[in-house]
Amino acid sequence: MDILEKLTILTDAAKYDVACTSSGVDRKGAPGSIGNAAACGICHSFSADGRCIALLKVLMSNACVYDCSYCVNRKSNDVPRATFEPRELAELMIQFYRRNYIEGLFLSSAVVRNPDYTCEQMIEVLSLIRNTYRFRGYIHVKAIPGADDKLLTALGLLADRMSVNLELPSHDSLKLLAPDKSRESILVPMGRIKTGIHENRTDLAKYRNTPRFVPAGQSTQMIVGATPETDYQIINLSAALYKKYELKRVFYSAYMPVMTGRNLPSLDTKPQLLREHRLYQADWLLRFYQFDATELLDEKNPNFNPLIDPKCNWALNHYDFFPVEVNTAPYETLLRVPGLGVIGAKKIIRARRMGSLDFPDLKKMGVVLKRAQYFITCRGKTALGLPSNPEAVLRGLLSEQGAALAQPPMEQFSLFDHTDSTKEDLVKCLTGQI
Amino acid sequence: MPYRTDIAYLYDGSFEGLLCCVYESYYQKELPSMIFNYEEAQETLFPVKEIVTDRTAAKKVEYSIGQSISKGALRLVRLCYFSHMAEREVTILNFLRMGYKIGPRVTNMLAHDTVRAITKTAQNVASESHFYKEFLRFSEYNGVLVAIIEPKNFVLPMTSPHFCDRFPSEQFLIYDKTHKVAFVYQNGEKRLIPLEGFELPEADAEEKQYRALWKRFYNTIAIEGRSNPKLRMGNMPKRYWAHMTEFME
Repeated sequence: MDILEKLTILTDAAKYDVACTSSGVDRKGAPGSIGNAAACGICHSFSADGRCIALLKVLMSNACVYDCSYCVNRKSNDVPRATFEPRELAELMIQFYRRNYIEGLFLSSAVVRNPDYTCEQMIEVLSLIRNTYRFRGYIHVKAIPGADDKLLTALGLLADRMSVNLELPSHDSLKLLAPDKSRESILVPMGRIKTGIHENRTDLAKYRNTPRFVPAGQSTQMIVGATPETDYQIINLSAALYKKYELKRVFYSAYMPVMTGRNLPSLDTKPQLLREHRLYQADWLLRFYQFDATELLDEKNPNFNPLIDPKCNWALNHYDFFPVEVNTAPYETLLRVPGLGVIGAKKIIRARRMGSLDFPDLKKMGVVLKRAQYFITCRGKTALGLPSNPEAVLRGLLSEQGAALAQPPMEQFSLFDHTDSTKEDLVKCLTGQI
Repeated sequence: MPYRTDIAYLYDGSFEGLLCCVYESYYQKELPSMIFNYEEAQETLFPVKEIVTDRTAAKKVEYSIGQSISKGALRLVRLCYFSHMAEREVTILNFLRMGYKIGPRVTNMLAHDTVRAITKTAQNVASESHFYKEFLRFSEYNGVLVAIIEPKNFVLPMTSPHFCDRFPSEQFLIYDKTHKVAFVYQNGEKRLIPLEGFELPEADAEEKQYRALWKRFYNTIAIEGRSNPKLRMGNMPKRYWAHMTEFME
């Protein structure tokens, strides 16, 4: 099999993995080696679905020994199989990197023979790249559940980020669709990685030259829309993962029906892309906007409003929190205003030290007022002609023309009281009473 | 005495030259209405004064910006100098005059027209420089990596250090088609060379194979069910596509 065919098969099998970030670690280049890494992450291209391509995302192999009903690569499925030779994959990756196609490698694999063997193969690729090619760029690797602890550690020392996919957001769903995987088999390696990072941190404090273990942290991913969990459950789970396992990222992936199965949604199921989008918005609120999962949703309203984003939703439900005075409100309060982001809030803080701000000033600074205008005051005044009750604000937020439609329609002044004829008037007319 | 404003400055187009214009403006009490360089010389009714670039004066001004205003302001000015903004020199001069008066806090006056113009332009240059770290594509010819870019701003001074750090043992050339300048990195040496024209030579078999592999990867990684051309265009504006391997022929 030639390398083009292999690449096609193993890319196709890896494409449903969402994580493709290259962020979280800063590493300068060094003489005699190749590559560096930037903490902000660098995307290199965007595919036709609009998602970023930062890493060469491939499976080591798709020749799996397991038979999970939801997986394309299950043993009983009739698909072409391929396996990369470690040297071949390392060479391909370095050549792509030299041409500035990619930022690094994302390596995952089906389980070949057994978890330990698979893990060893992956370690071989990574050590070729790191030690033979002396590559200092970014590597993201999937931990293989069930592999030996020592192998996991060796893998972590070669990679920048490690991830274990949670796949499905609850125990019951896992049992239904992935009977071979248990919640424990996923959470145990996740916990291992966390302790590994902690131990490494203390070692680093003692010895400067300790090799770094997973310096860019770990992430996970779950599928949304294949099972009946609510947004409330999912977002609470994410919050717990961030807190308990100190994850850097939780990725959400709308379920794409690619095959039929007894417990799987039917093939004509539409992927819930909007729901995925709302989950990401909420995820950002947890990580950067100091929101708590319980603030966003509760058992009575367990799902996000498809019409407006989670922050607007929160703001409309807590309307007494607003309006916020732009010139005096602390940073944390500014962050709660819909339409104001981290950058906008920081800009406001900087600029207001130099004098009080008005709406035109905000506009000039590049603060987007489309949503924010309903929730802020400048020098105690709201923007002219805006509604002040949540229902009208919602109408304004939803309409393209925004504010204009949120107001009651204009009326021509008239000398005479103009009232529309009612149904009764019509009846009276007909019966001849008027 | 009021400042004289009915005058235009002509400088050599270098950053030092621009700093000398600032120097001249202060010491001669002049507020030039126009500043332009030899390449973009324009017709003007004002008397034109030629500013000779003096390295000591330039150093003085550069030092004073860092001292009296801030390092951040110097960074903004430098980025703006590399931009394609119309009348960038006069805007920079106005910004620096404000800065000398107000001090380091000038960079916080985001609602002021001059400061806004400067920050916005600097942001534009910085982001285009970052885009080229992402979307620049090398091709290999006998061990030398070659890329062509077509930026609006002069991004090479911001983009090239990234590649020098990334590929210390490689030899590479980045050709800026807009400004007709090539950046050459060879054995740790960095050079900017004016170059009138340059085209990518015919690729050899190995290079062609890697291009084919990359194109295949690019087309395979997309999920059909999620196709979203608008999002792709937003993230990767179409003007960058012309020189990217994945969109070649």
